[in-house]
Amino acid sequence: MHTPANPVCLVLCEHEADQRREDKYSVLLPTYNERENLPLIVWLLVKYFNESGYNYEIIIIDDGSPDGTLEVAEQLQKIYGSNKILLRPREKKLGLGTAYIHGMKHASGNFVIIMDADLSHHPKFIPEFIEKQKEGDYDLVSGTRYRGNGGVYGWDLRRKLISRGANFLSQVLLRPGASDLTGSFRLYKKHVLESLVERCVSKGYVFQMEMIVRARQLNYTVGEVPISFVDRVYGESKLGGNEIVSFVKGLLTLFATT
Amino acid sequence: MTKLLQWLLGVSLVLTAWALVSFDLLELSLPPAYREMAWPMPLYLLVSFGCYSLATVGYRVATFNDCVDAAKELQVQIKEAKADLRKKGLKM
Ligand SMILES: Nc1nc2c(ncn2[C@@H]2O[C@H](COP(=O)(O)OP(=O)(O)O)[C@@H](O)[C@H]2O)c(=O)[nH]1
Ligand SMILES: [Mg+2]
Repeated sequence: MHTPANPVCLVLCEHEADQRREDKYSVLLPTYNERENLPLIVWLLVKYFNESGYNYEIIIIDDGSPDGTLEVAEQLQKIYGSNKILLRPREKKLGLGTAYIHGMKHASGNFVIIMDADLSHHPKFIPEFIEKQKEGDYDLVSGTRYRGNGGVYGWDLRRKLISRGANFLSQVLLRPGASDLTGSFRLYKKHVLESLVERCVSKGYVFQMEMIVRARQLNYTVGEVPISFVDRVYGESKLGGNEIVSFVKGLLTLFATT
Repeated sequence: MTKLLQWLLGVSLVLTAWALVSFDLLELSLPPAYREMAWPMPLYLLVSFGCYSLATVGYRVATFNDCVDAAKELQVQIKEAKADLRKKGLKM
């Protein structure tokens, strides 16, 4: 295919190379009290992006964390440069869903990667996401804990049971065509993310679920990459309390409306 | 069509077929053996779906990968990252 003698191929291949040069990946990192995790996740992101050579930027959306996450972020910006690390803080804790919308507005890449900043999502999978995306020109690539080599670390039997049970129930009711509905480690084409976010109204875990269900509805293509999910080492989870109740409510809402 | 409607449609189709056979609504004068077989069908379906669900979830819980290596790798990388970041001047 790469025989330069063929003029058609020459043009196409050059176009492909251009495309690759122009591809840029904006990583959205929403943070709330992640002072300890943020430097580590940023370090890992830089490491894997440098190794794989893709063009990137990291957008940190901190919601006025009382633990001083923003100061750490500012230090990181000094170390890695303000073209790589963008700070888009907000005054107070306004929730994860709106944090994505806020961050997305400032993303200059044609692809957006969404992940948690608590080290449960490992940046080593990002090059795999990108390759997967290119492989099928997918509109969305979702990390999955439930397929192939995917899995979790630090979960007891109860949590595994709830997770598998909830996933089975959602699969039966919604048939979404993706194995990990509540995971939030995903890569989107930017315009796809924009059109999805516009339509999604849910909060918390259900937001992630709604995103993938709506993607299906709009005939977007979804690729999957198995990921290992390692429970956060530092800090504590902010989603909690009546998680299960709100999950079931959200599931039934999606069941009746999509 | 919403998923709820799809489900209602599916369930009503099955129930109609079931009622047609077990009460012989179309008066096809089906052999009584058919009717007797059809009569408890919905219950059988329900029970087998329940068993299938339990078995599937049970199997998936039992085979849920424990990513021990990933956790170890992360610990090593955390140390490496901390050392490097300190060198770069980050105050932690
Ligand atoms: N900006 C912002 N980030 C948040 C908020 N709530 C959670 N996060 C971040 O979102 C990610 C996932 O949150 P986490 O508490 O780990 O949720 P869990 O993993 O589902 O238990 C982490 O990076 C948090 O710091 C919020 O209200 N605003
Ligand atoms: Mg977490």
